[in-house]
Amino acid sequence: MSKPSFVYVTYIRATPEKVWSAITEREMAAQYWGCHRNVSDWKVGSKWEHQRTDGSDAVDIVGTVIENERPRRLVITWASPSGAADPAKVSRVVFEIEPHKDEAVRLTVTHSDLEPGSEMLRGITQGWPLVLSALKSWLETGKPTPM
Amino acid sequence: MTDLARFKPKTVYVTYIASTPEKVWDALTRPEFTTQYFAGFAVDVEPKQGGAFFLRYPDGRVHISGRVIEWAPPRRFSCTWLIEGMPDFQGLPESLVTYEIEQAGGAVKLTMTEAHFWAVPDEVLAGGRSGWPAILSSLKSVLETGKALDIKMEPPAELVEAVKQAVATKPWLK
Repeated sequence: MSKPSFVYVTYIRATPEKVWSAITEREMAAQYWGCHRNVSDWKVGSKWEHQRTDGSDAVDIVGTVIENERPRRLVITWASPSGAADPAKVSRVVFEIEPHKDEAVRLTVTHSDLEPGSEMLRGITQGWPLVLSALKSWLETGKPTPM
Repeated sequence: MTDLARFKPKTVYVTYIASTPEKVWDALTRPEFTTQYFAGFAVDVEPKQGGAFFLRYPDGRVHISGRVIEWAPPRRFSCTWLIEGMPDFQGLPESLVTYEIEQAGGAVKLTMTEAHFWAVPDEVLAGGRSGWPAILSSLKSVLETGKALDIKMEPPAELVEAVKQAVATKPWLK
């Protein structure tokens, strides 16, 4: 049975570099990603962590950096810490940041290899539109969408 | 018209917008807004269930026509969509587009659902799947920044061929 994937496309008035930084710079994601930061040196093979910014530094998602073609393409694996050792529970996220005409980018997030029927699949289906809407608001207005 | 129960959701797009349900409703239903973000088309809708619905080119010609199925401001607007303005697409049957507008904390959650009553091939669904993110991203920018995005609407390469095939074989009649 093929593993489900979720694709979300948004257009943002920002440069590819700004979108890349918003996703990868340690304290930038914290501005809009629902109280989480993304921590990594982003070198291929390095690990990355999705950490809570509530003072606990608790890690909610872990993975490995698979591809880094700054600022156009970033590929990471994605799993909950308890599922990281089980290949069936490790999914893959591709961020594609393409310049669009003069002043916008098209950001395509493809989250694939998800476990059919899983909580993770349900969670990311709700989560990506929330996070990427907040990212767009933050880059275009300086404030995340107030949710 | 095709029995509503036969329409199944095929494409769903969700976006969260820093605005109010009333403003999002206006942006979806008033031409002074749609001309900014909806590829230049002006919406022309009779504001009631059963009302006539059009998306018009700047010169007034009809691009899309339909009927209002649900009119419940500011929460739910759905209407049928029949493509009239593009010759290759004219044989396709109607689809159903539904906008749901919900308060989500300090923002509005807008869910667009495109539904069809026949087994639409992915190559034909690709049209909406490439168009809706562009249109609704620009709508969000209009409401949050006052400025639409300059987006080139590029139909996917296989779309026209796939539509021609569908119109030739009319699988919805089988």
